[in-house]
Amino acid sequence: MSLRIYAIAYLIFLYAPIVLLPLFAFNDGTIIAFPLSGFTTKWFTALTDTKALHNAVQNSLFIAALTSVLSTILGVCAARAGAMYNFPLKRGIIGLVMLPLVLPEIIVAVSLLVVVVQMLHMSLSNWTVIAAHVLICTPFSIAILNGAFQNLDPSMEEAAMDLGESRWSAFRLVTLPLVMPGIISSLLIAFTISLDEFIIAFFLTGANPTMPVYIWGLLRFPGSLPIVMALGTILVGLSIILLTIAEILRRRGMARAGVKDKGSFL
Amino acid sequence: MWEKLTATEGRRGLLMISPPLIYAILMLAIPIGAIVLFSFWTQNFMDVDTTFTLNNYREIIEKPIYFALLQRSLFVSGTVTFVTVILAFPVAYFVSFHVPAHRKSLWLFLITIPFWTSYLIRVFLWKVILGYNGVVNTGLINVGLIDEPLTFILYNVNAVIITLAHAFAPFAILPIFVALEKIDRSLLEASEDLGESKLSTFFRVTLPLSMPGLVAAVLIVFIPTIGDYVTPELMGGAGGKLIANMIQTQFLALNNAPLGAALAIVAMLCVAAISLLFVFLNRRWLRGRS
Repeated sequence: MSLRIYAIAYLIFLYAPIVLLPLFAFNDGTIIAFPLSGFTTKWFTALTDTKALHNAVQNSLFIAALTSVLSTILGVCAARAGAMYNFPLKRGIIGLVMLPLVLPEIIVAVSLLVVVVQMLHMSLSNWTVIAAHVLICTPFSIAILNGAFQNLDPSMEEAAMDLGESRWSAFRLVTLPLVMPGIISSLLIAFTISLDEFIIAFFLTGANPTMPVYIWGLLRFPGSLPIVMALGTILVGLSIILLTIAEILRRRGMARAGVKDKGSFL
Repeated sequence: MWEKLTATEGRRGLLMISPPLIYAILMLAIPIGAIVLFSFWTQNFMDVDTTFTLNNYREIIEKPIYFALLQRSLFVSGTVTFVTVILAFPVAYFVSFHVPAHRKSLWLFLITIPFWTSYLIRVFLWKVILGYNGVVNTGLINVGLIDEPLTFILYNVNAVIITLAHAFAPFAILPIFVALEKIDRSLLEASEDLGESKLSTFFRVTLPLSMPGLVAAVLIVFIPTIGDYVTPELMGGAGGKLIANMIQTQFLALNNAPLGAALAIVAMLCVAAISLLFVFLNRRWLRGRS
């Protein structure tokens, strides 16, 4: 019983900052502190007339969309290879691909920065951010897709090939539909991570900032904080919707693959 | 050609893993090799002098500021790890042992949600919670516990630790939960049947068997926290800056990328050494598991 109370208190601790967001987003005052002064939606209207924000959002959506597709493709390759084949150096190779999961993000950021700017003498752009985001999102995609690929019976694809399908069409017609929920879940998670990522984007973003980099700039100006709160409220709402869909699909994918749901993909 | 590539299972597997592998080599292994190389070069006003030198490392050893920052960073990461793992263990234990099976996913989902959303704004909101007119101070004054707002909870190392412990909470819970789930429940019954109390069963059976998860949780919190510069920047004030802030400053503001690279490598080596030592000290708990 006391454990349950502790766990609920812990959840409250986890959600404390997020719960505050809408309070200040709808608060009619420029200072982000208590007491609250009154209800307003003007910070949300202010969001719609900030041109620089729109550009940043567009950039981030572009980066997140491409990142999610690329990291999911790489994730499918790795999860399929990991689940269905034995090959030389398997553990080492998978370990290298999964390494960004534990590597401090600043290391990924500075090492790519050095290569791009100092060694290749190229300029930073959305593409440098995408390159890094694909790197850090791929391990998450693999973790999600592992759930879908493991316990997938390889004999089903073999049966399709025995019946005259090529290796690729056997994959497309048999395996792909079975792992589709996992794929969509991976797309959504990678999209959410990329959209929210700041530490790497701050180093690698070009002339056009991503949304978190833009928010970082706003955090310095006390006057723009309520707008940040409004933006944050929208983002949290959006992320929760995306994550809920991802979770439902992930579970459906596990069920299709016939795996007992162990609860989480990390 | 194609037939040759796909002739054996090993080759098909390698072919399948090659896109993510090549990507990881190009975008991770080579760039890390590049900063190692780069750290032996020097910044010469606007361009980089590519003669091999240990000057960057010498500067790091000789100037006390770098040592102090590194020491503080390791202390913060260590404390955050300790606090996070200690606080997370009971939650993982609760979800694994006391939540009915069909509810476990929901609990884990609830635990992970805050972790995915608006990292920057979350860190910023801790300022609102811990600040002079913040939630904690207003609340405590209203209740009558304090007369003056507490000032030791913002713009110092404490604030950095609280915020980081919050940010990494799910990272600590999940590996511990996975380890606890793997424990064969009949072992616990056996222990109690043989006369151990619930408490001694926990310390002699459950805890040792959950050690792989605890070790994983420690590493997955300890290693990435060293690279966070957002939290110390927003929460740390003047005395709470960490090594990652210095790396960032060297790269972006001071335009001394080689020194920044050397700092990044020194920080990584310290973290790696401590992690390996930690795994080594816990080796007896990790044995016999694949």
